[in-house]
Amino acid sequence: MTTMTDLLSPAAAPSVPGTVELHVGGRWLAVCAAEALLPGRGVAALLPDGRQAALFRDRAGRTYAIGNVDPFTGAGVLSHGLVGAVGDRPYVASPLLKQRFDLVDGRCLDDEAVAVATYPVRVR
Amino acid sequence: MADTTEKTLVLVGHGMVGQRFLEALADRGVTARTRVVVLCEEPRPAYDRVHLTSYFSEGVSPRELSVVEDGFMARHGIELHVGDPAVRVDRDRRTVTARSGLTVGYDTLVLATGSYPFVPPVPGKDAAGCFVYRTIEDLLAIEAYAAGVGSGAVVGGGLLGLEAAGALKGLGLDTHVVEFAPRLMPVQVDTGGGDALRRRVEALGVRVHTGVGTQQITVDGGTGRVTGMALSDGSHLPVGMVVFSAGVRPRDELARGCGLLVGERGGIVVDEQCRTADPSVFAIGECALAADGRVYGLVAPGYEMAETAARTVAGEAGAFTGADLSTKLKLLGVDVASFGDAHGTAEGCLDVCYSDARSGIYRKLVVGADGTLLGGVLVGDVESYGLLRPLTGSVPPVAPEHLVLPAGAGAPVALGPSALPDEAVVCSCNNVTKGAIRAAVGGAGAGGAGGGAGEHSCTSVAEVKKCTKAGTSCGSCVKVLGQLVDAELEAAGVEVDKGLCPHFAQTRAELYEIVLALRIPSYRQLLDGHGREGARGGEGCEVCKPAVASILASLAPVVGASVHVLEGEQAALQDTNDHFLANMQKNGSYSVVPRIPGGEITPEKLIVIGEVARDFGLYTKITGGQRIDLFGARVEQLPLIWARLVDAGFESGHAYGKALRTVKSCVGQTWCRYGVQDSVRMAIDLELRYRGLRSPHKLKSAVSGCARECAEAQSKDFGVIATANGWNLYVGGNGGATPRHADLLAKDLSDAELVRLVDRFLMFYIRTADRLERTSVWLERIPGGLEHVRDVVVHDSLGICEELEALMAAHVAGYRDEWAGTLDDPERLSRFVSFVNAPGTPDPTVRFVPERGQIKPEPILLSLTERVTV
Repeated sequence: MTTMTDLLSPAAAPSVPGTVELHVGGRWLAVCAAEALLPGRGVAALLPDGRQAALFRDRAGRTYAIGNVDPFTGAGVLSHGLVGAVGDRPYVASPLLKQRFDLVDGRCLDDEAVAVATYPVRVR
Repeated sequence: MADTTEKTLVLVGHGMVGQRFLEALADRGVTARTRVVVLCEEPRPAYDRVHLTSYFSEGVSPRELSVVEDGFMARHGIELHVGDPAVRVDRDRRTVTARSGLTVGYDTLVLATGSYPFVPPVPGKDAAGCFVYRTIEDLLAIEAYAAGVGSGAVVGGGLLGLEAAGALKGLGLDTHVVEFAPRLMPVQVDTGGGDALRRRVEALGVRVHTGVGTQQITVDGGTGRVTGMALSDGSHLPVGMVVFSAGVRPRDELARGCGLLVGERGGIVVDEQCRTADPSVFAIGECALAADGRVYGLVAPGYEMAETAARTVAGEAGAFTGADLSTKLKLLGVDVASFGDAHGTAEGCLDVCYSDARSGIYRKLVVGADGTLLGGVLVGDVESYGLLRPLTGSVPPVAPEHLVLPAGAGAPVALGPSALPDEAVVCSCNNVTKGAIRAAVGGAGAGGAGGGAGEHSCTSVAEVKKCTKAGTSCGSCVKVLGQLVDAELEAAGVEVDKGLCPHFAQTRAELYEIVLALRIPSYRQLLDGHGREGARGGEGCEVCKPAVASILASLAPVVGASVHVLEGEQAALQDTNDHFLANMQKNGSYSVVPRIPGGEITPEKLIVIGEVARDFGLYTKITGGQRIDLFGARVEQLPLIWARLVDAGFESGHAYGKALRTVKSCVGQTWCRYGVQDSVRMAIDLELRYRGLRSPHKLKSAVSGCARECAEAQSKDFGVIATANGWNLYVGGNGGATPRHADLLAKDLSDAELVRLVDRFLMFYIRTADRLERTSVWLERIPGGLEHVRDVVVHDSLGICEELEALMAAHVAGYRDEWAGTLDDPERLSRFVSFVNAPGTPDPTVRFVPERGQIKPEPILLSLTERVTV
């Protein structure tokens, strides 16, 4: 049976240098190569404590990290959402019921009572 | 004849329809360049036959009933001969001869001779005291005779019969109505409506006898005057006069006399232009047997025919293809209306009924199984008719029971977003009323319960969603929400922005034109060059990104954008489903739909699907589009599943995309004893031709092998039905929440003609539709509707068909299977992981539990740890 490793074997060379790191549990955690972050599109990371983070990069190269689990459905899907912006504030729209979450502070733009966690993130 | 250079048009008959025809001619300037001669049997010009009874009830004089504006004939140089009916037409010599001997040559002859009252052949029908009810002369005769009798009966309890009963009542007679059918107005209303009507009519003092026939008119042997009626139930009804109102028959004797074709049951046979087989002779109104095989006894269809014939005479396009028989009238002071499928003849339809015998109010709506309003009957109170009739064929925005309850019951008639009452719940998930939405926008008079007006001043749907929560759950009300917000803003004088989103001021169709004309290959280039001021160089949003991605995908080969939707920048634009080439389900897992063109599949391939589903533990379900949906795949399983499927020869089914989904088929001529064409072959050809075509919304299709329509093609965006001579193409059909029957675009097409028309139709739709606008909505919205689309794609009125065909040819040539193209590309594949830092780890939030021998998503207990208190 084919495995993911077989399919992925001839990996492409990195085009954007650096590693994306997340500050969690008092330390910086290396998550992925910077080139894995497509501008406007997220990826999910599994954190040591079992939680999930969704990481994004905008057109200007700024990175963001918020909780990946959509608080409205309980599904780990925010990293699969589309990124947009209200003025200069970037947000991600949940792919399930389309609520938007501010990438800077994690607040839900469509329900003031709801927010997701945010994580400091950097590229080194 | 006077002037040889001037053409002559002769109109025979000057009733309401004839007069409307003259007005339509005058409007088009035809009367200015043509000699127009009118022959009229009655001694006066056209008058309002519909309101004949008002002569009795309201004392209106015959002169006041006239529908001819003073000086109309003189102003337009029309020669009107009253009291001089046409008696003979000579089509060889093109002349009409009137009773007076007047003979007029014609270039065009229009017959508008109307109808005559049908008198059943009962003994005594010609006795003194027997009348019909049709003309002012009839009415004057009834009036004169009634002065000497105390009672009268009307034979026929239909529309005209009740009018006549009203007239007798108005003359002070003891009035009876005798109707053979078991209820009054049997054509228009149902049993319940007939009962309500009967109570109302009887309350006025009119005696109603239903379910009995008239066997004989009894006559006094000495005077020869009517003494009564012998009825089929053996009883005798003593009355002094009888008025026959048992229906009308077309007056087609002139046409018969000159060899024009008439229908079996009368009526001059005409085509959609109201033209007879003789191209210089037209027939309009009640004397015509219209192209849809019906004789219309109502004035509104007659007017339509008059307009159609006038257009044709003037050299303009026009067609009368039929009219609905919806009626609303006041009979004996009782309001009656019926519309659509009033009798509930559609299969599976249901009645929603309100009946108040005490006040004689009856309302019935006929509703399809899916909630579509099909028709209805209203008696006693027809206030809602004007709103209900236009809604026929669609699903009303409120439950049908709310539409039949009287206003006092707390649920007034509420139709269409603007007609909805403030207390109507627009978003039922979050229980948000229209009043609350109006209050959020800040419109005036938002209703007492909805709080103070103008307290929020939202100016967009997004703001209203945030403010009220409306539309934030299932999303099904968002469209209505948008219409309400637009209407409120418009009412408040705020200019409504038709732009796609906060980043583009253009509509989707305008962006399509920009991308095509300027050959723009990327979203960034479009946003930075053509976005709104302030949006350029920015992120865009989840509305404009997929919309532009779809445009780029439709035009990829032409504008030089990447053909694969996950290539380069395009990958970041796609909706989540397109991004993973699968359909996200409620727990974050995905479903997989391989393409099964036309629904035809070999046992081997079926086994492969079964094996894949078994090996990956997927929930398996047959779809409505004749294919198989495999649910419960994790992101990291998708490439593994597709590696197996592609290996077995499957391609992506694009169930995730705003793209061609399926072309359903019935088994067709190959196996079916009724089939007349190979519907499976055609469905496969069409599905393979248009697979992968990105469009403003999903596209569904079907091909039926005969008129039995087992593939349900008329509910599809484009549907094909086989005929003995080829294929009929239907467009703009839809199922779903607002079903719409597809319209026939073209008939009896060859294979090549069919494909060419579908090419053009689809590309024209893709070019001009709004974002997320199905063909059904698009067809209703675009100016000119179906006729315009037909002009463009069939007659090439815009001269763009060549370009449309070229665009489709480019799409067909550029098609590649998206899943095969993904499996070949390591970079694209690398995105199919649950966690970027733990590619082998499945997402622990995706869990399943067993149900009926398969899996289902485990109900998620919303984890409060993920919610952060603000």
